[in-house]
Amino acid sequence: MLSFTPADYSAILLSVKVATTATVLSLPFGFAVAYLMTFHKFRGRIVLDGIVNLPLTLPPVVVGYLLLLLLGRHGWIGRTILQPLGLELIFTWKAAVIATAVVGFPLMVRSMRIGMEMIDRGLIQASRTLGAGWLDTVITVILPLSLRGIIAGSVLMFARGLGEFGATIIVAGNIPGVTQTIPLAIYEYVSSPGGDFMAIALCSVSITISVAVLIFHEWIGRRTGRVV
Amino acid sequence: MKLSMGIHKQFGAFQLDADFDLEGNRIGLFGPSGSGKSTLMGVLAGLHRPDQGVILLDGETIFDSRNGMNLAVPHRRIGMVFQRPHLFPHMSVKRNLLYGYRRCPQQNRTIKLDSLISVLQLGQLLNRGVGNLSGGERQRVAIGRAVLSNPRLLIMDEPLSGLDDNLKYQIIPFLKNACEVFGIPYLFISHSLIETRIMTEKVLTLDRGQITGLMTVEELARIHMGDHAANYINLLKLRRPHRIHGLPVYKWGDQQLLISAGDDQPEALFELSSSEIILCKRHPEAISARNLLNCRVSDVFETGGRLGVELECGREHLIAEIVRQSAEDLGIKKGIKIYAAIKATAFRRLG
Repeated sequence: MLSFTPADYSAILLSVKVATTATVLSLPFGFAVAYLMTFHKFRGRIVLDGIVNLPLTLPPVVVGYLLLLLLGRHGWIGRTILQPLGLELIFTWKAAVIATAVVGFPLMVRSMRIGMEMIDRGLIQASRTLGAGWLDTVITVILPLSLRGIIAGSVLMFARGLGEFGATIIVAGNIPGVTQTIPLAIYEYVSSPGGDFMAIALCSVSITISVAVLIFHEWIGRRTGRVV
Repeated sequence: MKLSMGIHKQFGAFQLDADFDLEGNRIGLFGPSGSGKSTLMGVLAGLHRPDQGVILLDGETIFDSRNGMNLAVPHRRIGMVFQRPHLFPHMSVKRNLLYGYRRCPQQNRTIKLDSLISVLQLGQLLNRGVGNLSGGERQRVAIGRAVLSNPRLLIMDEPLSGLDDNLKYQIIPFLKNACEVFGIPYLFISHSLIETRIMTEKVLTLDRGQITGLMTVEELARIHMGDHAANYINLLKLRRPHRIHGLPVYKWGDQQLLISAGDDQPEALFELSSSEIILCKRHPEAISARNLLNCRVSDVFETGGRLGVELECGREHLIAEIVRQSAEDLGIKKGIKIYAAIKATAFRRLG
């Protein structure tokens, strides 16, 4: 009979919590970056594009290590911002959120950009000549018309977040009940003798969540597709 | 409406230079495709920023490169109707219509939804999604949306070019009517001479990014007489037909016209090419053409190697076109009486 330990349950919950938090926190930034890249020409656009997309091509372990260097006690952000505020991120679930957010961010921005690029520029000009300021246009025209891209990007990032391993293990560690997510728990079961059965059990949990997410994505895509 | 523009803008190899002052409420901007009409209007509306220059609308500076003045698009209050309707697909017809109205300052809201609905006959469409509209209905909603934003000037950027001929002439009365009823001055952009003649009084002409002239619409029509296959197109708006021997007959000035293409509609617009009019010095006793008009020659002018003859019939005017030899044979000169014969089938119905 399959019985998960409390640490397994907390790994499942933590995975969902980390992926959800990372996705929700990234949404406004992802939207802003996608908007800037789609609708504005500015100096440094290529540099921004490169920085945003870098985690897509870098090994997650590298991303994790760079984050560790940056956010750790001796890191630039750690020393100048986090320590004065009394914040300790490394080896907490918050570090897992940051790692997940950085690794999934390019996927979110890409989907949003695809959604925004499909918006007819004439609609934006029409809304401007009808008296809408730029923020008004963003909220009433660009946001609703790129909704499918936003949802797709969020789902993609959430799914990617559930599977995040390399960056997370470096910045958050693998502490059962504290920072251990499903992939880390699976890794631990696989590397200990007789853990195969539990590893497979956690794999099925992972597959179930992923399928549920995909079904949700399809359902919401159809609903918004009817409107847009 | 008073508009004064002196601007320069470079787009790669294309250069737009406009320097003009104009006054009027029904202005046309005429020029071939690619001459920079839309760009010029985009500059006026604030969608494109000129490299340098000044734009004054009704005495107010809306752009001045010398002091960095550049009034934001929403504050210019210049409405636009584009080639395509550009209706917001995620909103109903009613929400589309009200989009500009809700963003218009309270004190400027003189045109209300109810009166607009009746002028443009939009009542049936209000609660529909924009995906369920026909091409003509969409453009009518787009016109309504722009008018309801209570602009001080309406730019119509080839609003009829996406529609077939039939639909085009159904939309024109709505366009004209809405602007006339609500007193909105407009700039009508087109590369079609007929559309420009129906919609406007004064015309600014543009070619390869340069303003080439400002003239009355009649002058424009005469200038382009020579380069048009159908020559000069006479436009006749005729009302209240009756029938004689089954054929529709319209009253025209103090005479009447028999028109095969006519029907029992109370009002219709017809075009008649200047080359379809035959001039006779004396009354022909028997002629197959069903219309014989008694006219006076009020003007004779040159047009691309031939002669344009302006005929005055009561208060109405027609332009006929003849070769120089005919003019000599008939002794055509200003002031003489002449007969004009026109076949009933020569009139083409618009719309």
